[in-house]
Amino acid sequence: MKKAGMKSASLVLTLIVSLVLILSACGKSGGNNGAASPSAGSSASESPGASPSESASASPSAAPVDGKGKKIGMVTDVGGVNDKSFNQQAWEALQRIGKDTGAEVKYLESKKDADYETNLNQFVKGGYDLTWGIGFLFQDAAKKIADQNPNAKLAVIDTTVDAPNVESVTFKENEGSFLVGVVAGLTTKTNKIGFVGGMQLPVIKKFEAGFKAGVAAVNPNATVTANYVGDFSKPDLGKLAAATLYDAGNDIIFHAAGGSGNGVFNEAKDRLKAGNQVWVIGVDKDQAIEFGDDVTLTSMMKKVDQAVYTVTQDLLNGKFQGGLTNAKELGLAEGGVGLPEKNPNVPQDVLDKVEEYKQKIISGEIKVPTE
Amino acid sequence: MTKWSRIFIKSNVWIPLIAIVLGLLCGAIVMWIGGYNAWSAYSALWQKVSGSKYDIGETIRTITPLLFTGLSVGFAFRAGLFNIGADGQFIMGMTGATIVGIKLHGLPWIVHAPIAVIVGALVGGLWGAIAGVLKSSRGVNEVISCIMLNWIALYLSNYLVRTLVLEKGQQRSQMIQDSASLSIGWLSKAMDNARMDGGIWVALICVAVFYVLLWRTKQGYELRAVGHNADAAKVAGIDVKSSLLKSMMISGIFAGLGGVFEVLGVFHYQVISAASSGYGFDGIAVALLGGNHPIGILLGSILFGVLTYGSAGMNFTANVPTEIVRIVIGCIIFFVASHGFIQMLLNPRKPRRSSKKKGAVERGSDLGLG
Repeated sequence: MKKAGMKSASLVLTLIVSLVLILSACGKSGGNNGAASPSAGSSASESPGASPSESASASPSAAPVDGKGKKIGMVTDVGGVNDKSFNQQAWEALQRIGKDTGAEVKYLESKKDADYETNLNQFVKGGYDLTWGIGFLFQDAAKKIADQNPNAKLAVIDTTVDAPNVESVTFKENEGSFLVGVVAGLTTKTNKIGFVGGMQLPVIKKFEAGFKAGVAAVNPNATVTANYVGDFSKPDLGKLAAATLYDAGNDIIFHAAGGSGNGVFNEAKDRLKAGNQVWVIGVDKDQAIEFGDDVTLTSMMKKVDQAVYTVTQDLLNGKFQGGLTNAKELGLAEGGVGLPEKNPNVPQDVLDKVEEYKQKIISGEIKVPTE
Repeated sequence: MTKWSRIFIKSNVWIPLIAIVLGLLCGAIVMWIGGYNAWSAYSALWQKVSGSKYDIGETIRTITPLLFTGLSVGFAFRAGLFNIGADGQFIMGMTGATIVGIKLHGLPWIVHAPIAVIVGALVGGLWGAIAGVLKSSRGVNEVISCIMLNWIALYLSNYLVRTLVLEKGQQRSQMIQDSASLSIGWLSKAMDNARMDGGIWVALICVAVFYVLLWRTKQGYELRAVGHNADAAKVAGIDVKSSLLKSMMISGIFAGLGGVFEVLGVFHYQVISAASSGYGFDGIAVALLGGNHPIGILLGSILFGVLTYGSAGMNFTANVPTEIVRIVIGCIIFFVASHGFIQMLLNPRKPRRSSKKKGAVERGSDLGLG
């Protein structure tokens, strides 16, 4: 019995080994085709979001930069590259860089917080010309890697790193949120407005504070109720939070909840089908493109893609700006945040008001709170 | 010696080896269909794991928490309990260590660090004991209570970090005091700045403790007896209730220690997170891979850690997309975990007869896979 077991085992093994060898030989010819583009999945999602920002980001230097032979890397946070939020925006921007300049672009996804450091290191030790860390949590990892590798260049989004070889880009989300607050304050019929946040983090608090200030500026009688779902990737919780707010008489909800916010749109659509017109204000990009004009009042755009494109382009032009003093904080003045170009649901007089407040914020007449 | 020989008896050596090869083969087919070079992908994986001192160090760092949670789940399996709550115990261990590591001031390293470790381990152990008490006193199924306790642990720790030790304007706690750090600076330097800490040594000690406790003490004999057949154990005069409680507590301590070293050794702070890191769930796979034997769990955690850390290399060097990398890793784990399938391949006429003897091991894999 035992002998037979041994024999069949070795037979199976021989078979397997030979198969592996055959297969890997086959794979060799096919492998080169796939090597050029690490991910095909994101090209499909690129088209809707790319067009408005492409024109905007191409303007600073119209002449195409030659990025041949340069290598740009990007590390996502745990949201992954298809998160429909900043990771995806950043990767789409880098893909455009690759297309426009011929630079080699590549990303690595982080599955756990512990991966940030090792993934950054992979690019840095691989001799990449620039390595992006996307998200708030890269602060410590980017600082450490930058200190250990003073010749490497890094860049981070949504956080500020005090190192001469790291370029930091943050956004004044409170300023853009102020403007959508103005829209909400002038549009509400019930004088009750809702806010759905992902988690109680400083960056989300900035959205809430700016939004509240914007509503209060134009409509002191309106109340803003905030509801935090505790997660950025749970549409069911977002839907529940939206239902609670709509039931309580709120007719507009501004969400800053990433994927959980999809549930807010979902709930609004359900109510629209039942004959109740309620509104949602989208976040990060023009969400009317994805969810339709029937429930999307407007969106608070945060142009991560534009920032990634510009900074990377600058690097290819030899104009890398690291260090704390060069940290970029993109607000209304810099065009880093704001409303989409087309707002079919917002009447012109409201848009005029928005423009008026925008100028006041840019001129410094109004200081928008951050918390 | 008999125990050692039991792990290495012929069929047991063949099964995992064949399983790994089959898994690699299956992954190769997936990559081949996707148009990627399987050979260069696997060599990229190996290169990523063993290519430099930094990578070796970081692979060890990846293995450490998997080993802790694997031991945790495996220990509970031996006592007939399915501790799906290792995740929550891990988080509570982290939280305990974080708070002690930040809030205690002015203590020398030799006092502060051990206190933080012990408190974290105890908090993890007590978190496990909650499910143990519910099970032993009221017969509440530990799977259900553990799943719920995982969520409670996640949100409780987020709340505690946010209210007690939050770094202003950040999404994480403050840094722990240097006196609580368990990072080994000179070793990190030697390993090209990889994050090295005391965790792996303590984990290896826990492997020994696991073995001695279960197979060299009366207590362990009782735990295993309860695991094999609780009714028979009761008739034999063993206190089943206290055994269940003890095993959950010890299991929780193992998981809690994993969390402790994650904070004190790797990160030095705790993040407010929307979802758990999932080490507890990985620990279930590690325990099943290792047949709930300490040496097996050690080997299982090494395999799991190598695959986890090396997969980034497949993505980076061989340009295999992450989705396919995850399918490949899934294939390998699937084949390694399905002992019965391989056994059937090797010896179709006598399926599972010999494996019946393994009792708790089988119980475990039935629970995990079915």
